[in-house]
Amino acid sequence: MAGQALIEVRNVTRILPGPVPVTLVRDINLSVRQGEFIAIVGASGSGKSSLLYLLGLLDVPSQGAIFFEGANTTLLNREAQARMRLVHLGFVFQFHFLLPEFTALGNVMIPMRKKGTRPEADIEREARSLLAEFGMEEYSHRLPEELSGGERQRVAIARALANRPSLILADEPTGNLDSKNARQVFDIFKRLAEKNGQTVIVVTHEAHLAKQTHRQIRLLDGRIATVE
Amino acid sequence: MHLILDIAVTHLIHRKRQTLVSVLGVAMGVGFFIAMAAMMQGFQRYFVAKIIDVSPHIIMKDEYRTPPRQPVELKYAEGAVRLFNLRPREERRGIKNGMAVIDAIARQPGVAVAPTLAGQIFLRYGTKDLSATLYGIDPDKERRVTFLEQDLIAGSLNGLHTTANGIILGSGLADKIGVSLGDTLSVISPAGVILKMKVVGVFRSGITAKDNYESFTLLKKAQILQDRANVINQIRIRLGDINQAAALARSLEVRYDYRTESWEETNKNVLGIFVIQNGIMYSTVSAILIVAAFGIFNIITTVIHEKEHDIAILKSIGFDEGAIRGIFLLEGLAVGVIGTLIGWALGYGLTELLATVRFSIEGFVKSEGFVLYYTFKHYLIAGCFALIASLAASYLPARKAAAVNPVDIIRGGV
Repeated sequence: MAGQALIEVRNVTRILPGPVPVTLVRDINLSVRQGEFIAIVGASGSGKSSLLYLLGLLDVPSQGAIFFEGANTTLLNREAQARMRLVHLGFVFQFHFLLPEFTALGNVMIPMRKKGTRPEADIEREARSLLAEFGMEEYSHRLPEELSGGERQRVAIARALANRPSLILADEPTGNLDSKNARQVFDIFKRLAEKNGQTVIVVTHEAHLAKQTHRQIRLLDGRIATVE
Repeated sequence: MHLILDIAVTHLIHRKRQTLVSVLGVAMGVGFFIAMAAMMQGFQRYFVAKIIDVSPHIIMKDEYRTPPRQPVELKYAEGAVRLFNLRPREERRGIKNGMAVIDAIARQPGVAVAPTLAGQIFLRYGTKDLSATLYGIDPDKERRVTFLEQDLIAGSLNGLHTTANGIILGSGLADKIGVSLGDTLSVISPAGVILKMKVVGVFRSGITAKDNYESFTLLKKAQILQDRANVINQIRIRLGDINQAAALARSLEVRYDYRTESWEETNKNVLGIFVIQNGIMYSTVSAILIVAAFGIFNIITTVIHEKEHDIAILKSIGFDEGAIRGIFLLEGLAVGVIGTLIGWALGYGLTELLATVRFSIEGFVKSEGFVLYYTFKHYLIAGCFALIASLAASYLPARKAAAVNPVDIIRGGV
């Protein structure tokens, strides 16, 4: 559990501008160490997902700053933020968001191909071993529509791990899965955190799954209410 | 870049029918352009080549472009002078000292010069009267200035020398009046002179106006007919380099004051029609390509609309805006490139098809089918047009795709 502070969130507020400005999150202060497995919980509309998107550099704070490995990401331009997502972050969403025209293998290969630092053959071998890790090696040439929900989510996780990111962000990853598949997904995350030292932050509203994490951050109306 | 191309191609392949329609739109624009350009330019070049072959490149005539200035106007150059009842002086027509002018012009390199006396005549044969223009020429010099000798379909240019009163007629003229080689007809001039002349040659240049109205005889005979001994009223010039014609014509006019026309000026009404023709061709083809561009715009906008989720996921994976824009620009470009390639084949096929069409038509020139001009340039122009159109059509949607905010999509769920 011990490790470096990977992420430092300082006084982050995100307000959606408009005729009636909407405050998504307010005055968030948070420090996440490497290898931690954290759940963000709270009622719907409490700002869980908004916080996750801010952490994932998909959104930019209105005030405050987010530091990643000591560097202020809020100051980076969008290209640099995209590069950071590619190299350091991995996303898993509730709706699997696989590219429908690409096979399971093709989907897993995309982040590595985009990074473009290794030869194609290497990338394919790596993608196959990632799929194998999640018991999906036999399905590598299937299109997403030929896979079940749980299988798709495992492919999505494999894709999120493709570039060996230090931070994995999951937004309701089990929202569409039955309890057996949901438990498997959480087991995978736990293993990633404890065995690989990768940091995993999961947004969920399922209390029994959240209990498996190291730390639960409960949001209420965009503020951190409790940390357990 | 390979990955981006892969994604772009995948998008297009999964929309086969739409892609096909867009590709065919571009292909038709390109194909029709090539066929039309081959046809139009073929005709135009054929016509210009004919003019250049058949007529002299420069004609100096015994006319002035502007009437000579009156002494009072010269004296009061700044004043408001108005003259009434001004009558042109009865001058002896013809180019003054013509032979000396010819010698002077002929001294320039790459220039062939021939003297001519042109005048109106009547041809009378049996019961028929026809008006025509008779050119009195010097066959030895004429040979070097026009292709009259090559255009002869009967008789010879030397017949003018060997026959006492020989005349060469245009084929249309000969047909209309009903004479053929060896027949003798009456030639009547405005001066009242009547000569019996023998047809020693018939020419067909392919230019209808020439074949139907022109006839040639020896300069001496023309001078007798017109009762204008030792007079020439046209100097006909042929150049090694036709592009020099306009410049030389201008300088000759400045030097000798006589109206001097280059072939461009003589035929400027027809060349003007070519400009309009080209305008029509380019606007028609642009219209086809604009429609094709709308097709491309349509397919890419649809793809982007359907693929908003994919764009969001690609952005979350770490594709920057440039990469997203690249995907959709590439899709437009791919449609443009494939359309161009098919269009090239289509254009080639169409021109080949046009080449087999046979008909007989008498317009400016006589032709028995489309005269086609094959050039790589048309393919290049059409290709550039198509690529620019497809890039322009995909640019707006691609920019929109790059601006997609992934949070909006992901938050929205499925």
